[in-house]
Amino acid sequence: MTAQSKTETAIRVHRAGPLALLQDRGRFGVRHLGVTQGGPADLYSWAWANYLAGTPWGTASLEITFGGLQLIAERDLDIAIAGADLGATLDGQPVPLWQRITWKEGQKLSFASPVSGLRAYLSVRGGFAAEPVLGSVACVSREQLGGFDGWGSKLADGDRLTVYTPDGKPAEGMTEAPDHARKDFREAPVLELLPGAQIGEFTGRSLYDAFNTWWRVDDRADRMGVRLLGPKLQCRIGSLISEGINLGGVQVPPDGQPIALLNDRQTIGGYPRLGALFPLSASRLAQCLPGQEVRLVARGSGPVLRDYRAFLAGFRP
Amino acid sequence: MTGNPTNALPRLESAGLDGWMVRLFEAIDEANLPWITALARHCESAFADALVDLVPSYTTLLVVFDPVRMSPTEARQKIAGLLADLKPDEDLGTGQVHELPTFYDPSVGPDLDRVADHTGMTVEQVIDCHSSKTYRVFALGFAPGFAFMGLIDPRLECPRLDTPRKKVPVGSVAIAARQTAAYPTATPGGWNLLGRTSARLFDREREGFSLLRVGDEVRFVSVSREEFERQGGDITPMEAAV
Repeated sequence: MTAQSKTETAIRVHRAGPLALLQDRGRFGVRHLGVTQGGPADLYSWAWANYLAGTPWGTASLEITFGGLQLIAERDLDIAIAGADLGATLDGQPVPLWQRITWKEGQKLSFASPVSGLRAYLSVRGGFAAEPVLGSVACVSREQLGGFDGWGSKLADGDRLTVYTPDGKPAEGMTEAPDHARKDFREAPVLELLPGAQIGEFTGRSLYDAFNTWWRVDDRADRMGVRLLGPKLQCRIGSLISEGINLGGVQVPPDGQPIALLNDRQTIGGYPRLGALFPLSASRLAQCLPGQEVRLVARGSGPVLRDYRAFLAGFRP
Repeated sequence: MTGNPTNALPRLESAGLDGWMVRLFEAIDEANLPWITALARHCESAFADALVDLVPSYTTLLVVFDPVRMSPTEARQKIAGLLADLKPDEDLGTGQVHELPTFYDPSVGPDLDRVADHTGMTVEQVIDCHSSKTYRVFALGFAPGFAFMGLIDPRLECPRLDTPRKKVPVGSVAIAARQTAAYPTATPGGWNLLGRTSARLFDREREGFSLLRVGDEVRFVSVSREEFERQGGDITPMEAAV
């Protein structure tokens, strides 16, 4: 963003809705300070939104959870919305997702409620502008870090959002995602997990249950983690000495209900873990609504690593 | 590197597509720290641009790397190589020493009386016992700048509260099991509160934000209400039941 230091107010928040947060890639190199990673809960859709809007990997975009958000453009903007279908409309007309569109000055962009998935990503050519805190604008409300004001605030009614002025040239690359890349989040997902060190401490019955159960997403699900409801898993170890937790870690507290940890998780914790969801499976889980069913499947890292590298190669410089 | 020949440590454990958990020790011990900080330092240079994050804790170091720049197998080999040559940091004693001015009083330390009851000491003895030792920072986590320090005198050992408080005020000085800490921000918390420090533990004006780092040494220095207030401490009382 160094070449585009010029910013201007571009969007007015007419109605903030339950949760809309600015998210760049996340906050890294700071977890030894107890500071979490933050960033887009669904990395996949976030990457597509930025790419389609013609703005580089890493640019901050708006993560809109559940819907209820109404924004008014204060000048013409090139945007793309990817991820959940939250019933978005422009002055009442349905907005096509997974492609670049023009949002004209004065038009109202409204998000209603989830049709498919939970989180939509709104990217703007040029990118949203905010002052980085500890190297990132990723908004983590619990830690009061990042976001538009630097203090982790979610959007509020009447906020004015600032955008970097694009350099004028139309951005290169495709402006519409191919069909196979567009996700329908209504399908029950199978989440891929790399088994971890404590997997052998779970009882045989529990291991069978873990990977042969339709787990139900609890309504206590947020950007820290998603609790899964189902049979009670039993582990021979109750708790560990606290240690670092990676993205997607699936920990099992003594109540036997697994919790998959997402972007805003605590940096260290002490429950035994089945393993860690692969990054794109963590992204997929973040799109699940409470009550939705998911399956876990144990995988080796080889083929998944190839897929993940191919995904990143398509977006990262 | 450990005294016990039957335990197979250190050990490298999978922590996902882009992470390895290096398990160095079995139990919490101050003697672990120079090994963990040495490994963290070596990882920084060995991984260079491929390093994403390091999360040191009591007995482990989580190494997170960029899976595009390095495969899990390459990362594992690199860490195994570092372990083979690992020597403990000798200069850990030069980790910063901090004095945290602390106002020990039931008005801001609502669990002082209960801790005294539990341990069979007087409140004055509890305060003396807590403030007479130098603690080492073992890990940061739970919240930004929240430092887990230890080990406290075994006589002071107290379990966590059955029900965590909804909000623990900034600066609260607390103990749980053999550990002590001070809350950098107001958060929910279940530790026993003994007092409050006027030190700014997490400060956005400071480089790196956190006052305390893993390996640092900390002393809690008992100060009077007047001194605490003079240093900007918040004397707003807190009810034991809150």
